[in-house]
Amino acid sequence: MREITYLEAVREAMTQVMQEDNDVFILGEDIGVYGGAFGVTRGMIEEFGPERIRNTPISESGIAGAAIGSALTGMRPILELQFSDFITIAMDQIVNQAAKLRYMYGGKAQVPMVLRTPSGSGTGAAAQHSQSLEAWVAHVPGLKVVQPATAYDVKGLLKAAIEDNNPVIFYEHKLLYKTKGEVPEEPYSIPLGKADVKREGTDVTIVATAIMVHKALEAAGKLAEEGIEVEVIDPRTLVPLDLETIISSVKKTSRLIVVHEAVKRGGYGGEIASSIAESEAFDYLDAPIKRLGGKEVPIPYNPELEKAAVPQTEDIIKAVKETLNKKIG
Amino acid sequence: MNLKVPEMITEEKLVMLYKQMWSIRFFEEKVDEFFAKGMIHGTTHLAVGQEASAAGACAVLEERDMITSTHRGHGHCIAKGAEVNGMMAELFGRTTGYCKGKGGSMHIADVDKGNLGANGIVGGGIPLAVGAALTSNMKNKGYVVLCFFGDGASNEGSFHEAVNLASVWNLPVVFICENNQYGMSGSVKEMVNIEHIADRASSYGIPGLSIDGNDIMEVMNTVDEAVKHARGGNGPTLIEAKTYRWKGHSKSDAKKYRTREEEKEWRDKDPIARLKEQLIAEGILTEAKARQLRDEAKREIEDSVEYAKNSPEPSLDTLMEDIYA
Repeated sequence: MREITYLEAVREAMTQVMQEDNDVFILGEDIGVYGGAFGVTRGMIEEFGPERIRNTPISESGIAGAAIGSALTGMRPILELQFSDFITIAMDQIVNQAAKLRYMYGGKAQVPMVLRTPSGSGTGAAAQHSQSLEAWVAHVPGLKVVQPATAYDVKGLLKAAIEDNNPVIFYEHKLLYKTKGEVPEEPYSIPLGKADVKREGTDVTIVATAIMVHKALEAAGKLAEEGIEVEVIDPRTLVPLDLETIISSVKKTSRLIVVHEAVKRGGYGGEIASSIAESEAFDYLDAPIKRLGGKEVPIPYNPELEKAAVPQTEDIIKAVKETLNKKIG
Repeated sequence: MNLKVPEMITEEKLVMLYKQMWSIRFFEEKVDEFFAKGMIHGTTHLAVGQEASAAGACAVLEERDMITSTHRGHGHCIAKGAEVNGMMAELFGRTTGYCKGKGGSMHIADVDKGNLGANGIVGGGIPLAVGAALTSNMKNKGYVVLCFFGDGASNEGSFHEAVNLASVWNLPVVFICENNQYGMSGSVKEMVNIEHIADRASSYGIPGLSIDGNDIMEVMNTVDEAVKHARGGNGPTLIEAKTYRWKGHSKSDAKKYRTREEEKEWRDKDPIARLKEQLIAEGILTEAKARQLRDEAKREIEDSVEYAKNSPEPSLDTLMEDIYA
């Protein structure tokens, strides 16, 4: 099959949906002739024109609100925020407006919009352009939260997100933009709330998100050489979360490691770990659940410090071995 | 008629507006009474004294036009055509309320009728109005969005971002700042360093007009011009309607930050009394007819209370409904 990059898959998903549905449009800073901070919308203004590829002032709160207001009245906007850190500036509109309008209005309104935004560290952009704040939005009822890890997934999940009638926060990992994968040319949807078993195994389950899916797979490959079979699950969407797939995997392997790039303290890994602890899978556990996450520090600039702030493949390998050596009771 | 009014404002409409202003006032006074008695919970923000800006601004709209409102939004709701029964039921938290009892005073909306909702966040609704106006343009709907907010909101970033956005995109929005002199306890004199909030329009290259918000004629004429300007594709206008809220900010306000003399001064500019005087002078209304309309409005509010009280409480099964579409 044809291989394209994650970035191209994002663009292709938007392009194909926009060719079918005139209500879909994109707004964001520098998304016009510039093509967006990461080049995701490059070429789109030429195809769809400045009405539908709508370049905005630097006004995150204003453009988030404009997206929400347009969604409330029948459009299906895709809002691009240049860096996911900037959601802080749009937070009132996302948390107090988009997430709540439907409920506050007794179900008599809907806000079908997607907020696409690049997250994560590894580019040397330091503390204000490298965060992974997905747990913040996952905490808020009314929002859906998506974190695609592969080119195939990002295309299908984005189509589903655009077609969803709710506000969806869609995190694209910056370091994944250039990664390639097999992606069908025709449009397809991947339902929100469906995890993917990225590698099957019997000894330990790793639930990993975004770029950590790739690190977990790399770790699993190395561990296989030592005869350790790791199962890697990518939830793909945090809200809704496909707990069933994780539960059945843990029942099979009896061991669970959760890994994400976001700061471990208060991170979504805690939610997954405690959901498993509360579930029927708890009785199957042969070792305590282990969480790997970012250190409790702003992302530093120096490349070695930056790497040390978030889990790496070696950390995952070490965690797997520790988990295998631990026993409950 | 000697009164200068927009062409769609007939004598009948003026009479209707007189009654509507009483509906707003009686609604607010009834709500005030119930909060004082502890009969409804939460909090509330009343627009007594500000009836002319709500009624006058909405009077010149077409049915397809939309509004966004504020935490002090009951008047806007009534003026945009909401049923007082559904509003009162919402304040009582009943299933027959506009939001099925899930929104309360600060979130009454009727999206299908073009009321995009009150808002509990100061300035929160202003960008939403811009988005609704964007839809109007992108889908060639031809409707205009009337965006209500207060003097306090004009200091929020969302106001400046939204007005800038509407101006660079030339969107059909009319921004109406109801300057009621106070953002909670903060006097506009302390919080804004200019005499007229409408002057802020010049920063965005759009018309800015400061008017007497207690004069419904001036409100109607000014908003009508702005709506025509917007509908004609000429972009937004910022109107500052100077007015005064007779009651405190919310139910817990002892009003220590202002004098009783100041309150008296503004009560003397009562927008309802002013309209009545004009309509009687014009021969459109008589004292007897005015009293009858006032009584009718009062009775309708009383009826809405009965309706609300007799409406069912929501079942606990509805708690988790309506979160996602």
